[in-house]
Amino acid sequence: MDGASVRRRLVRDTRVRIALVVLAVIALSAILAPHIAPYDPKQQLDITHLNGQPPSLAHPFGTDPFSRDVLSRLIFGTRVSLAIALSAVAIAMTFGTLFGAIAGYVGGTVDAVLMRIVDAAFSIPTLLLLIVVIALWGDIGIVSLTLLIASIGWFTVSRLVRAETLVVRNADYVVAARALGMPGWRVLVRHVLPNVVAPAIIASTLAVGNVILLEAGLSFLGIGVRPPTPSWGSIIQDGSERVSDLWWLTVFPGLAILITVFACNALGDALRDALDSGQLLSSFDDAPLSS
Amino acid sequence: MSTPLLSVRDLVKHFPIKSGIFGKVSGQVRAVDGISFDVNAAETLALVGESGCGKSTAGRAILRLIEPTSGSVSFDGHDVLTLGREELRRLRRKMQIIFQDPFSSLNPRMSIGAIVREGLTIHKLAEGAAADTRVRQLLDEVGLRPEYASRYPHEFSGGQRQRVGIARALSVEPSFIVCDEPVSALDVSVQAQVVNLLQDLQRDRGLAYLFIAHDLSVVEHIADRVAVMYLGHIVELAPVDMLFDMPIMPYTQALLSAVPAPEPGVKRERILLTGDVPSPANPPSGCVFHPRCQHPAKDEECARVVPPLEEKTPGHWAACIKQNAPDFFIPRSALHRSVPSPVNS
Repeated sequence: MDGASVRRRLVRDTRVRIALVVLAVIALSAILAPHIAPYDPKQQLDITHLNGQPPSLAHPFGTDPFSRDVLSRLIFGTRVSLAIALSAVAIAMTFGTLFGAIAGYVGGTVDAVLMRIVDAAFSIPTLLLLIVVIALWGDIGIVSLTLLIASIGWFTVSRLVRAETLVVRNADYVVAARALGMPGWRVLVRHVLPNVVAPAIIASTLAVGNVILLEAGLSFLGIGVRPPTPSWGSIIQDGSERVSDLWWLTVFPGLAILITVFACNALGDALRDALDSGQLLSSFDDAPLSS
Repeated sequence: MSTPLLSVRDLVKHFPIKSGIFGKVSGQVRAVDGISFDVNAAETLALVGESGCGKSTAGRAILRLIEPTSGSVSFDGHDVLTLGREELRRLRRKMQIIFQDPFSSLNPRMSIGAIVREGLTIHKLAEGAAADTRVRQLLDEVGLRPEYASRYPHEFSGGQRQRVGIARALSVEPSFIVCDEPVSALDVSVQAQVVNLLQDLQRDRGLAYLFIAHDLSVVEHIADRVAVMYLGHIVELAPVDMLFDMPIMPYTQALLSAVPAPEPGVKRERILLTGDVPSPANPPSGCVFHPRCQHPAKDEECARVVPPLEEKTPGHWAACIKQNAPDFFIPRSALHRSVPSPVNS
């Protein structure tokens, strides 16, 4: 399979186009937050007259009980939620890929030990672990939260990559590299890694959605992003005690989460389809007539 | 006689069969079970046998791409199996391998220029512009246009990819190449081109080949000597003409009788072997071929005595306790190069 044909297949996919446009809009609003947000997200505008106001022309998404503009908080919250999700996934993917590739390529005892670590990690209920760690740790910042989420996200990637590595390590081009006298680490970097990252990329795209949900869940429980910093989950938390009359505090960030997660999953699915069929097609396209 | 370039003695590769959750070793697959042969400089030794007889394992064990269980391999004065990692890396320059599958033998994410260049970089044979020039020379030498260097493997046909694999092996200037069924996966018309290329390279560079194959017509064309393998053992080893004209071992006779007749109308009797190849995890006692052997003198002794590979006539080695000379128990007319049938004459 080659990059060009995968790209062509992706561009033709309607899901991909829609998902990319949605994600681009979300990413842009995160980047341009200070320029497009109508108010300061942390500023209490008028605590006596503007608390918990429903959507209006001046405040399209309403205000929260602290008289802050929900639209501005949502836009700035995009920054926080996306930053956490993307960096946590990037860290988890890098670490998981290296871990899985080393386990699969080296094999033997190293593989057994590394994979038992992953098995053990899999057996821990992650949300519970996060809650306990955060409870013990107390107040944690965004960086620590990101690292924590990353630390529970790499197992799946490492499993996928290991399985792929077991296939690739026996490919003739890997044997050829060893026959040429290439040192082991260089075979791993030049020949194995580039051919095993596809499943990691797919898993990561899908994981972005999950991490957004996880962060929202933690913030909703009040143990994620600390107030007054806005994130999608913490905005919902601000309105959680009066959901029935302050519905705009739940609905708008909820929609933001829904749309983003949906777009990430659609992109991940399309990527998987494109890469899978890419492999199938290339092995059929080029098959020799004989043999 | 000069010392051979490569000497293999009693090479054994057993794969353990692991079972149970603790991976207890419950048996051994005797893929290669004590083979010995020499390859001289600029010579082609063909290693033939049916699928699963251990010929590819033997080729890889010689290069230490898989670690042999025991035995010795001496190459150009070096004891290959006792070399340290660094010495082995340096020696790999001199011993290369070409693969059967032209599709899995090239990294799909590297341009063919980068693939051919790797050996130059590893052994610091050329750098920068000099390496570019060398890559173009190598591609040219194997019959590919030098401009192709920037293209990727999927843009090439099987035969062209095989040429890239050959260029990669040549990049480090080896004196010995294991050709692991290099043409088996190719169209017949392309096979001839690749075989001719290998022969040209041998002539120009004085290469020695261990040519692993199951297609006897290709072997007859390219080999100087032929070793026949069956179930991890070499059962016959002889110069190509001797082996094809006067096979001694009953297995070799059966193998040769299976070669399709090159001319229409030539009629040959097939020696049809009955039964399957026994499992190398549980090989027969004595002569490994005895359960399928059709030699008229076969008896219990064959099931008891392991036949040594003996020089039956000068240069012609065979492992059979019943057949001591190439006097055939099969009617000669049944064999390869048989007399044309009446239809033809």
